[in-house]
Amino acid sequence: MPKEKKVSYLINFIGVAVVFLLLMALFESNVLGTRTNYIRGIATTACYTIIMVASLNLLTGFMGEFSLGHAGFMSVGAYASAVVSLALTESGVELPTFVLFILVLLVGGVAAAITGILVGVPALRLRGDYLCIVTVAFAEIIRVIFCNLEITGGGRTLSGIPSLSNFYWVFWVMVICVAIMYLYVRSRFGRTVMAIREDYIAAAASGINVTFYKVLTFTVSAFFAGIAGAIYAHYMTAMIPTNFNFMYSSEFLTEVIIGGTGSLTGSIIGATFLSALPELMRKFATYRMLAYSVVLVLVMIFKPGGIFGTWEFSLTRILKKLAGKGETKAVTGGAAHE
Amino acid sequence: MSFLSYMINGISLGSVYAIIALGYTMVYGIAKMLNFAHGDVIMVGGYAALMMMMNAGAHPLLAVLVAIVVCTVLGVTIEKIAYRPLRNASSPLAVLITAIGVSYFLQNIVLLIFGSSPKSFQSVVTIPDLKLAGGALMITGETIVTILSCIVIMIALTTFVNKTKAGQAMLAVSEDKGAAQLMGINVNGTIALTFAIGSGLAAIAGVLLCSSYPSLSPYTGSMPGIKAFVAAVFGGIGSIPGAMIGGILLGVIEILGKAYISAQLADAIVFGVLIVVLLVKPTGLLGKQVQEKV
Repeated sequence: MPKEKKVSYLINFIGVAVVFLLLMALFESNVLGTRTNYIRGIATTACYTIIMVASLNLLTGFMGEFSLGHAGFMSVGAYASAVVSLALTESGVELPTFVLFILVLLVGGVAAAITGILVGVPALRLRGDYLCIVTVAFAEIIRVIFCNLEITGGGRTLSGIPSLSNFYWVFWVMVICVAIMYLYVRSRFGRTVMAIREDYIAAAASGINVTFYKVLTFTVSAFFAGIAGAIYAHYMTAMIPTNFNFMYSSEFLTEVIIGGTGSLTGSIIGATFLSALPELMRKFATYRMLAYSVVLVLVMIFKPGGIFGTWEFSLTRILKKLAGKGETKAVTGGAAHE
Repeated sequence: MSFLSYMINGISLGSVYAIIALGYTMVYGIAKMLNFAHGDVIMVGGYAALMMMMNAGAHPLLAVLVAIVVCTVLGVTIEKIAYRPLRNASSPLAVLITAIGVSYFLQNIVLLIFGSSPKSFQSVVTIPDLKLAGGALMITGETIVTILSCIVIMIALTTFVNKTKAGQAMLAVSEDKGAAQLMGINVNGTIALTFAIGSGLAAIAGVLLCSSYPSLSPYTGSMPGIKAFVAAVFGGIGSIPGAMIGGILLGVIEILGKAYISAQLADAIVFGVLIVVLLVKPTGLLGKQVQEKV
């Protein structure tokens, strides 16, 4: 690994750690008083939403196909993990909470990934609008099945799921997930997928196994959606299949689009902002969704690529710019010129 | 006998899907976009008719006419404000997302005005129920009107598209926008006309749907909207007879599935059939095979 890369990883890690410590200080110091728990809840929601939105961005931004059924994969992860953790608690197996948490996350992720393969192999023969409607169909089928299975509560609320998702763990899980997705996008696989997005006929002519890479990306995306679902289940502790409906899926897609297709930074900021929106706009709660829809249409008309386009935030670049500014005093603008 | 009555119910529900699917398929054929807001136009049509009948005490027929006018104006306005600026957008995603945004907008504005509690819809049909075979087979007035309107709309629309100048212009624009413009066709006007017809049909579908299933809430339109889209894809999107066949087949499958397999699993069966059809024949039952060019 080149030294420069090592340094940049270190810098980014320090940046993330600083954010974490700031949030931790905010929650522990009790500055917010009685609202601490509420804000912490929003932060946790933001974390799993970020994983969801980033995973969907893998499909939408980097593979160029859109899914309107991502909440379906999330529900698979949520229910698989909930069933496992309920079974473990009932059978009296004593596991350290942290081990249990990691275990249910993996169960959720793997279950969703398997579903991803099962859905992806037939569905990815289609493209564009057709693929979109098939993902809606699959998500509806998954929802209806969960509504009828005895083990998932049969359409009633499944409750009593152990509350494992505390903010500090969820934050690091989110960081790891986003880092893995970032590395995936920057890897050989990611570049291949982007080649398919640009022109799949040319990619196939260059010897790329288009189907394999599409299914692979679909599966990776479903895996992370499953992890997000597992966090959701063990944060909410009760859920009903109708939560994961078409509206929920389209909410994720709009967050991807508003943030910027092809920008993980955009996904993170979009997801955080839209999770915090209910709190910011509390006084206008009734008008929130209305404003949201207007913003959505306006963003599409005036900036169809999303607010951040394909721009990625980079701490190292900012540091370099700052250092450069000190030396030459001629560098104009920040990295946020986009 | 029960099978026959299920079949008739299925055809009736399917006729509503078919009318909605016509709107989807025409818009898709001409503008190459999924109009996700179409389902919510249905809901607006339902509310318009309801308001006319409840508050203004209008005759049901007048209420239906007002609903059609309201939806037509709404459809053209949506096209002009939200979709036209994106006509030449590089990514098809942008239009799709705008459509979802418009759908949210319609749902929430209706939610603000009328509240979220479902309203009971008074049927617009005044024809008495038809009792056949000594009362063993009952066909409701709504069913008769729904099936009849579907047939009338189908014939009228086919004639319009094939025999009139405006209809021919629509075919030309859906074939090739640029060439159509060079031939002197007003492309913007034609697309607006398509949206107007589609939205007017949505109003009729909304009134018929609410007459058969008399409960109206801001979210009434979204599920029939998705199913009608499935019907359009099923029959081959862009094809008018395809939308008709797809809609009716879907309605029959749904009602028979509900009756003989499982009431809860009926939706899963509908979507399962769609997936199978798309995998076997990706362009739908009557869709044209399009050769991909490099």
